[in-house]
Amino acid sequence: MPDSISAFFAMGGYAQFVWPSYVVALGAIALTTWSALRVLRAALSEARRAAVDGSEDA
Amino acid sequence: MVFTWFHRLGSPPHIYRLSERLSPWLTWSTALLIAAGLYGGLVSSPPDYQQGDGFRIIYVHAPSAWLSLMIYSCMATAAAVGLIWRMKVAHAVAASCAGVGAAFTAVSLITGMLWGKPMWGAYWVWDPRLTAQLILLFLFFGYMALRASYDDASRADRLSAWLAVIGIVNVPIVKFSVEWWNSLHQAPSVMKLARASMPASMLVPLLLMFAGFTVFFLAFLSVRLRAEILRREKHSAWVREMVANA
Repeated sequence: MPDSISAFFAMGGYAQFVWPSYVVALGAIALTTWSALRVLRAALSEARRAAVDGSEDA
Repeated sequence: MVFTWFHRLGSPPHIYRLSERLSPWLTWSTALLIAAGLYGGLVSSPPDYQQGDGFRIIYVHAPSAWLSLMIYSCMATAAAVGLIWRMKVAHAVAASCAGVGAAFTAVSLITGMLWGKPMWGAYWVWDPRLTAQLILLFLFFGYMALRASYDDASRADRLSAWLAVIGIVNVPIVKFSVEWWNSLHQAPSVMKLARASMPASMLVPLLLMFAGFTVFFLAFLSVRLRAEILRREKHSAWVREMVANA
């Protein structure tokens, strides 16, 4: 365990390299997840529209 | 028996429902594995005797680099299956891989630069490993650009699949570059045949992160693939029935 919170955030002098790395990696996970959910919602509403148009044609 | 299994694997409604059912399990596994890996990597593991706390970048760098190669291999395999057996679901898998693959290739490059600066003294060097990984990023971009240039989905599927399959030659180049050439990049710490050159307190969190990132890709795929299947199948009876009942 780190001695204190500030020592933990200092990362032994490597804070400016360690923390941005974690932000970038976890940010990529968050962004790709958000984008996949958005694309799925769009595809579902497109499918719903196609179903409505199809039933009107029939 | 095998044929039935193969047939079901190629069936869009079957894969759609399977993805839907697996999605929550994969999402929760990802969250647990990454939370445990983060605690282990940032808090419980000791600083490296040479690199101090700077080595902790490994816990996000190595898993994203692994994932970028894993996703590319998955994309190329799915593309090849799509070309050989004309399987629509396989093309949908390949198409789902490109964006997330590009994202993690970029993450591996950026975290590598952030590691390179304090350890090597430079953000970027034209080292074989780094150059091959940059080519991997351009392969993903090329694949996405090629897909985007065709309105017709089946044409886009076939032509982009060829690019994915041909580009697979870059994967072993990235993987073995540190062994084939005198590279500045350090040798792998985990994937050694003999044994890992790390104590368990460092290795266990790293393995948790590898598992977490890998399961994340499956969780991502379980969402993204459904969208890709819906786009291809929106006029089919099963989709119409499904959206009508929802």
